[in-house]
Amino acid sequence: MAEDPAAPVLLDVAGLKKYFPIRQGLFRRVVGHVKAVDDVSFFVRKRETLALVGESGCGKTTTARAILRAAEPTAGTVKFLTRSGSVVDVTSEPRASLRPLRREMQLIFQDPWSSLNPRMTLLDLIGEPLLVHGMRSASERQGQVEALLKRVGLRPEYMGRYPHAFSGGQRQRIGIARALALRPSLLVADEPVSALDVSVQAQILNLLLELQLEFGLTYLFVSHDLAVVKHLSDRVAVMYAGRIVEIGQADRVFSAPRHPYTEALLSAVPEPNPEWKTRRIVLEGDVPDPAHLPTGCAFHPRCRYAIDRCRTEEVPLAADASGHLARCIRADELTLAGVATPVV
Amino acid sequence: MAVTAPAGVTLAPQAKGADTEERLSVATQWQLMWWRFRKHHLAMVGGVVVIAFYLIVIFADFLAYAEPDASDANRGYTPPQVINWTLDGKFAPHVYYLRGERDAKTLKRVYTEDTKIRIPIEFFGRGYKYRLLGLFETDRHLLGVGEPILAPGASLAPVQSSGATLAAQLGLKLPVTTTAAAVAPAAPIKITPENSLFLIGTDQQGRDMWSRTIIATRISLTIGLVGVALSLVLGVVFGSISGFYGGMIDTVIQRVIEILRSIPTIPLWMGLAASIPREWSVEQVYFVITLIISLIGWTELARVVRGRFLSLREEDFVTAADLIGCSRARIIFVHMVPLILSHIIAATSLALPAMIVSETSLSFLGLGMRPPAISWGVLLQQAQNVQTVALSPWLLYPAVPVIIVILAFNFLGDGLRDAADPYGV
Amino acid sequence: MTRMVAEDVARTGSGPAPLLTVRDLCTWYFSNEGVVHAVDGVNFDVHAGRTLGIVGESGCGKSVTARSILRIVEKPGRIVRGSIHLHPPAGQGEPRDLVQLREDGPEMRAIQGGDIALVFQEPMTSFSPVHTVGNQIIETIRLHDRSMTKALARDRAIEMLQMVGIPRAERRVDEFAYQLSGGLRQRAMIALALACNPRLLIADEPTTALDVTTQAQILELLKRLQAERGMAIMLITHNLGVIAEMADDVAVMYLGRVVEHAPVRELFRSPQHPYTRALLRSIPSLHVPPRQALATIEGTVPHPLNRPSGCPFHPRCEVAIAGTCESHVPDLLPIGTGPAPALVSCFLHHPFGDGARQETN
Repeated sequence: MAEDPAAPVLLDVAGLKKYFPIRQGLFRRVVGHVKAVDDVSFFVRKRETLALVGESGCGKTTTARAILRAAEPTAGTVKFLTRSGSVVDVTSEPRASLRPLRREMQLIFQDPWSSLNPRMTLLDLIGEPLLVHGMRSASERQGQVEALLKRVGLRPEYMGRYPHAFSGGQRQRIGIARALALRPSLLVADEPVSALDVSVQAQILNLLLELQLEFGLTYLFVSHDLAVVKHLSDRVAVMYAGRIVEIGQADRVFSAPRHPYTEALLSAVPEPNPEWKTRRIVLEGDVPDPAHLPTGCAFHPRCRYAIDRCRTEEVPLAADASGHLARCIRADELTLAGVATPVV
Repeated sequence: MAVTAPAGVTLAPQAKGADTEERLSVATQWQLMWWRFRKHHLAMVGGVVVIAFYLIVIFADFLAYAEPDASDANRGYTPPQVINWTLDGKFAPHVYYLRGERDAKTLKRVYTEDTKIRIPIEFFGRGYKYRLLGLFETDRHLLGVGEPILAPGASLAPVQSSGATLAAQLGLKLPVTTTAAAVAPAAPIKITPENSLFLIGTDQQGRDMWSRTIIATRISLTIGLVGVALSLVLGVVFGSISGFYGGMIDTVIQRVIEILRSIPTIPLWMGLAASIPREWSVEQVYFVITLIISLIGWTELARVVRGRFLSLREEDFVTAADLIGCSRARIIFVHMVPLILSHIIAATSLALPAMIVSETSLSFLGLGMRPPAISWGVLLQQAQNVQTVALSPWLLYPAVPVIIVILAFNFLGDGLRDAADPYGV
Repeated sequence: MTRMVAEDVARTGSGPAPLLTVRDLCTWYFSNEGVVHAVDGVNFDVHAGRTLGIVGESGCGKSVTARSILRIVEKPGRIVRGSIHLHPPAGQGEPRDLVQLREDGPEMRAIQGGDIALVFQEPMTSFSPVHTVGNQIIETIRLHDRSMTKALARDRAIEMLQMVGIPRAERRVDEFAYQLSGGLRQRAMIALALACNPRLLIADEPTTALDVTTQAQILELLKRLQAERGMAIMLITHNLGVIAEMADDVAVMYLGRVVEHAPVRELFRSPQHPYTRALLRSIPSLHVPPRQALATIEGTVPHPLNRPSGCPFHPRCEVAIAGTCESHVPDLLPIGTGPAPALVSCFLHHPFGDGARQETN
């Protein structure tokens, strides 16, 4: 799955917005909007992994859910290349006709505890998508569930058990099996390992890598953990305050970021090696309140490279020669520090 | 350095742990609930008591021994009887025949034991006729009385009418016919449970309190069931509509609930009870009273159901079901309702005692069931008068089962509520 | 035997007397399903001015250890064995065994928040929603120092808030916890914890609920405060990156036991216990080429009621010695000599027969 510029675009998101109205007063008048996702555009090629990275409240999860229509987007288009070769705009489909699309795009949840119905056995849970999409024969379903359980590394004998009998990592495997049941082409993974123990995280990440090769999956991987993202992604999009501030090939984003926020984010990750005491950029202040975003570049109050123009000018995403996009007016003049792969 | 358990601690052997895990992993929610419920000892006791009470409802006629409506003016306000358990060192429960006399000064009836007439108490004796479970006609009851054993010189012939004696004492002249009838030799008294056995006394009209209290469980305990069933339907329907759709519908339903709950209940009941025509039969009144009670009762359940729906709607697995393409009906009935079911059961078991108390207090106030219906409230109605209670405290005995059953229901409901959520969702 | 060896190490070890010595601590939970050995024979020392990192996965007993030290173990758990000695500053009396004190007695209460303070993972739950942040700090100060007037305590509270880097502290002092952002709330929590100049700060996952950039702020703050005040920090976390950055010494816990205890550089350079080794290999790092499979540890952390016999790690251990590891519990013993040797609990390093104990439960 090396980057293949010739691969067709599977998912094309353009101008995606999700605003939540702020209501006030006796008559619940709308006095403003929380711009959770504001004009987000990106594409994902077939069989590649795009990571959406950012801190809590940056809009990455809302973006992922809006793409799947688990949340209704306010504006924008989400074009999806179906197996039959036609391109469908997910946002404009009526709810009733979304069902065939569900076969092709699935979600892996962050929380393996709340995403599985506690009253259903594994057979019911993993078999449900098959049943809903027309596989009536119980024995056929059972065979499929057995194969899926084996594939994600669970014993098929566990089929009659309830989710409460499993640990977090095993539950996440169940969630993956359920998402895979319909053989989707796009898997949206919303922080799939952040609720798991360290020793289990690696197992799940490896499983996701293997499955991608085996089934030719395309991943939209939402995470706040940059180290995890580095292990999995081909391209990375960094979000801040509802917008994409940088998007590019993973190795480029990590080694030579073009946005000061990405630089600070990378330097903030504690490195599990006491020998490398890296120079850390400690950002002042907090992520801005999405209901009251600063003018100009939303990052400017915390940015150590900010100049006067940053306070007033809206900054577009601009590409460098290699197609590495950044939303910073000084992107070309700054040389920002990334992380190098050290030669040990 | 061996690991030793501190005193009083038993270490679970390894094998037991593995077993437990295996058992837990395939346990359905009902099994988990049951396991958790079992640990709640008070609730278990409550559950057993509640079941016992409903068995009493089913076998009420069998457990009663006197026909509940058989009145006898000569037996009014009989105090609870003393039962003699043994005879000559052997187990042979028996009572002595009571002869009632009216005290000339206080005009109160005084009962004295006629030790010459010994009445054995029999198990599975004969009494009035009834249909067991509504099917088999029988006259067997748990308690009955056997053939009286007369001491020499005793007779079962009725003594001179106490009315005549009293009249003579007071120097009244009775019409000739009355005197003549009283003086005329009468047939010997036939000993029946109605005129010889008074475990907890009788009421003013000489009706046996034990039998009436037992028979009263039928109305008092079932009115709760019917009322709860009705409010359950109303509560679940309105609660789930309110919780699932939200918005305007939710607002309207919630406001209606608030209005219903803000109506002062006693004046409402009084008004509604007053509007029940006097000529209606016991059954009709019963039905209307349940309706009135459940009209108020459903609001609580509706709120519980709405709250659960609201929180479940936000759960990830509901989103997950939507994302795999489940229909809305499937999401509600396969994913949401089963999770709410256990809560509904718990809420129901807590609503039942409230219903029972409502019936009892309504009837006590004379607003609910009316004689000839027999319910605990109706029985307690006789204990409204302080003087009566002071002279015949046994009239208050029907309050005992009310207290026991309410406590039992509350313990049971508490236990169910705690166990209802085996996953802590 | 554990106790003797560990005490010897402590005595010969890191120079000055420790602030806190924990020996053979066992905190068990007695539930209906069985007994959970949440903490099962834990030994370590905490030294003034140093940071002890306690690292482990969920269920390893790291939080219960902290709660045991503060004597706030919730029912049905209790300390069944062991000692926790708090040593007073040099020349000021005898060390006290916290295990012997009454849980809610006045002595223990003076220690909680006085000598030892705690910072939780979720600061929201440790602030009362109906009192301002300032009032809670003022109350804590005056609880431990009765001579302090309200006005003085207020000044001190503002000073504390400034010290932890809360902007406009004079105004924030009158705000409620919910009005603060996550990062500021954690700072306020630290200010509250430090209000009475504790000698030991126990930080239980202090940054887990925070974003990376906020986490960086809090870690910097803790480092600065430690340098300024010379207090000891016991940092409990599952994040090895945070440990590498903050800790001087590290105790790695697994299923209620310390499996390895070493200075931080040594631990990361040459981990000795198979669990530590596997854990270090399995964490994703920014400094490796992308899209590489990670090394993993087989299986999952067992259910606490289903604790494996012998060495608790043996079912997942790649190098377990058949016949030994599943039946005997290894002790935590030093490796090599030197002033502060690493301690490891593994039969690979200390072959069976030498300091092993028979499994009896």
